[in-house]
Amino acid sequence: MSSSPIVSFEGREIALRDKETVLEALEREGVPVMSSCRAGVCQSCLMQATDGQLPPKAQQPLKESLRAQGYFLACVCVPEGNLSVALPGAGLEHEATVLESEDIGAAVRRVRLTIPDGLDWFAGQYITVIRDALIARSYSIASGPSDGYLELHVRRIPGGLVSNWLHDVVRPGDTLRFRGVFGDCFYTPGDEEAPLVLAGTGTGLAPLYGIIREALRHNHRGPITLYHGAVDESGLYLRTELSALAGEGHIDYRPCVINGEDTGEGFLTIGLLDEVVLGANLDLKRTRAYLCGDPALVEKMRKKLFIKGLSSRRIFADAFVPTARP
Amino acid sequence: MPSIYEQLGGEPAMQELVEVFYRKMLSDERVSRFFDDVDMDKQLAKQKAFLTMVAGGPNTYTGKDMRKAHEHLLERGLNDTHVDVVIEHLAASLAELGAPANIIETVKTVAEGARADVLNR
Repeated sequence: MSSSPIVSFEGREIALRDKETVLEALEREGVPVMSSCRAGVCQSCLMQATDGQLPPKAQQPLKESLRAQGYFLACVCVPEGNLSVALPGAGLEHEATVLESEDIGAAVRRVRLTIPDGLDWFAGQYITVIRDALIARSYSIASGPSDGYLELHVRRIPGGLVSNWLHDVVRPGDTLRFRGVFGDCFYTPGDEEAPLVLAGTGTGLAPLYGIIREALRHNHRGPITLYHGAVDESGLYLRTELSALAGEGHIDYRPCVINGEDTGEGFLTIGLLDEVVLGANLDLKRTRAYLCGDPALVEKMRKKLFIKGLSSRRIFADAFVPTARP
Repeated sequence: MPSIYEQLGGEPAMQELVEVFYRKMLSDERVSRFFDDVDMDKQLAKQKAFLTMVAGGPNTYTGKDMRKAHEHLLERGLNDTHVDVVIEHLAASLAELGAPANIIETVKTVAEGARADVLNR
């Protein structure tokens, strides 16, 4: 008789009994795992597979982007082969060297870092940069592993403890510590004909820029529309790069400002970002929407798109929630 | 006899149902203000758990949860008319997904049973 599958967890190896779920096996061995409904609904027992094949049922209720990261529900996971599992967000701390630090817009600095050994991520996810034991802030990643570096876009926040430090103090050659990678707002291959709508404000452009380049790497064929919103033109950045990208293929780049003047060539859209995005024609069955940046605007666009008829599973959002001050 | 949850198609059907149902709730001015400041994905997960409960599927929803979840909304004026709207949209969503009349009636009755908890009576 063939041997039963082994579940590995933090160095422990547990042989599964007949029809036993990962949750039951871990509990049998005294590993504390949160659980509630134990039927694949409530998602309390969310875990991440780091190696091995997951049965489809264990991932079926989850969002596509969580599935792509190997997340699964332990209570409905009966593996057919060996499986290594971890608690979600058992986030490791990493160190990287600063390769480049450059102003790319008014108050926006691009910081590029070396890739720590073994780090894998999807463009659009984020890391939490650690300044010291008490001070850390999150930044989205605008690059993919194949770029050979981690790219962050850092907006200078007045009085910001990490943004000003990254702007003024941290320089090439310095070491940065960070935690991650986190987030589920990124491109997943497998639906290359889907129209993509990406909308963001400020440095919400960073994840969107990464997501577009990732989509192109996967030869995405559906039309791609990028809306970058700002109060006025000074808040837009990477315009040359984005126009060049748009010139190369099926990408529609739409910078959008509240205060400004349309030069007549239709290059600059004047209006509120959510109204511009929602005012456009959308294929509600197939579109995938990516929303990043200002939290109130992200939430507003998310709700409006959903009400219009887009499935919540086709809306990926990353609200840049500001740090709360005591 | 399979539960209504199974008859409707289990988890995938609940996902479809919650999308249709929550879209109706958000589009309805009588109740949409209660969802102004809530995270949409989290709210969808909670409502899916609620729908799974009323369909007799696997759940851990309790009356106590229901009371606690709606306590702060009572201060904002939540009352019987809003519960009526929920039940109305629930029935309409089920009908839209092709559920037979007897199932819709049963689900309405189960949902009605949560009224006292929601309104903390």
